[in-house]
Amino acid sequence: MALIELAGVRKSFGTLEVIKGFDATVAKGEVVCIIGPSGSGKSTILRCINGLESYQGGRITVDGIHVDRSQRSIADVRMRLSMVFQRFNLFPHRTALENVIEGPIHVKREGRESATARGLALLERVGLGQKAESYPGQLSGGQQQRVAIARALAMQPQAILFDEPTSALDPELVGEVLAVMRGLADEGMTMVVVTHEMGFAREVADRVIFIDHGIIVEQGAAGEVLSNPQHARTKDFLRRIL
Amino acid sequence: MDSFLKQSTEFLPILAQGLWLTVLVTIGSFVLSTVLGLVWALMRVSGSRVLSGIARVAVNVIRGIPIIVQLFYIYFVLPDFGISLTALQAAIIGLGIAYSAYQAENFRAGIEAIDRGQIEAAQSIGMGWWLTMRRVILPQAFRIVLPPYGNTMVMMLKDSSQASTITVAELSLQGKLIASSTFQNTTVFTLVAMLYLCMSLPLIFLVSHLEKRAAKG
Ligand SMILES: Nc1ncnc2c1ncn2[C@@H]1O[C@H](COP(=O)(O)OP(=O)(O)O)[C@@H](O)[C@H]1O
Ligand SMILES: [Mg+2]
Repeated sequence: MALIELAGVRKSFGTLEVIKGFDATVAKGEVVCIIGPSGSGKSTILRCINGLESYQGGRITVDGIHVDRSQRSIADVRMRLSMVFQRFNLFPHRTALENVIEGPIHVKREGRESATARGLALLERVGLGQKAESYPGQLSGGQQQRVAIARALAMQPQAILFDEPTSALDPELVGEVLAVMRGLADEGMTMVVVTHEMGFAREVADRVIFIDHGIIVEQGAAGEVLSNPQHARTKDFLRRIL
Repeated sequence: MDSFLKQSTEFLPILAQGLWLTVLVTIGSFVLSTVLGLVWALMRVSGSRVLSGIARVAVNVIRGIPIIVQLFYIYFVLPDFGISLTALQAAIIGLGIAYSAYQAENFRAGIEAIDRGQIEAAQSIGMGWWLTMRRVILPQAFRIVLPPYGNTMVMMLKDSSQASTITVAELSLQGKLIASSTFQNTTVFTLVAMLYLCMSLPLIFLVSHLEKRAAKG
């Protein structure tokens, strides 16, 4: 069974329909990249999946749980999914380590000692073992995003949603974040990644979904979609971005 | 000057009693207004239309009635409904309620100044509404609201003198009583003013220090 399933999902802001009937699945261990022009609905669809936005039509399930913001089960969905944001959204009043262990301690009620040990190991893993006591304001964008990834991992999610994780970074800092994400993919983490990094999509993604104006124009194996796009809109987009 | 000092040593012990009541009224009503103001503010941002509506009406009603009338109401009208309070209690409750409206607006502005991304990050790690408030929003909002919060305390210190209207013999009323029995208006009211300044000036300096720190970020 697919870990994440979208069937006929529709979403409007007021009268503006921005997701016009999405069908897609993400299997366990799969890395799916979502690409498309700005304003096409990439962030919105991610946010619908973990219930940050409501949606009006169709059905989203995560690990068999119906995603419905008005239900208590939304907490179960969020326990299974973590999210990494374009602008990091670290808690500025807490250190890197505190950011990472906040969820485990206060949401999962894990003991402080074991959470701290895990948190330090996770910071080590994203290459920031030395920065555990630093505040977000003292870290570079790339370092902040790596802390955010460690924070996502600390919840031991079944999948991580990334919304343009490198778009807010200076070019020279993009590589360090992508390297961490590549490592996660290699270890079999299920990932849905909205990105404009076509190199990353080509090398790491199992599948690519191209969306435009709220519809899925085409989806398929990463190599196929990126090297041999079938639709004029995909071709046009890829020509402009490469 | 000599006589000022001599009279001062005579009046100060009596004024000290008033000073003590001023401190009690100020601190008591400050704490109450903080708690109530926080409740109003949290209701406003709760996302529930009903709660938010109730809080908005409450805050506007409170803001629309002069403090002195609220004090009269609590001290003179509530006994008709079987609720009898001492003048001190009535003063603390009345000023606390009256100022809760201003505290609420300040707290709400602070809460709403926090980036939406913070709420989303908290939600995405599974935090519910209250946990998000307590662990993420309020600690950050606290830094924003601190300078105006200090200003409110200064205003409340001065407005505690309104408790005199319902017979609380706080500093200003105590001064008036001494003045009317000794006719030493100049000495008495100079002392009273100086005593207020001794309390308010340190607060004012603290606030401007906090404001400077907040401006630096
Ligand atoms: N909160 C919102 N209110 C109204 N319109 C929105 C909101 N969020 C996004 N939109 C609109 O929805 C469309 C898709 O936005 P988004 O999902 O952010 O696109 P992308 O991430 O692909 O750039 C855009 O037209 C955007 O203006
Ligand atoms: Mg986006």
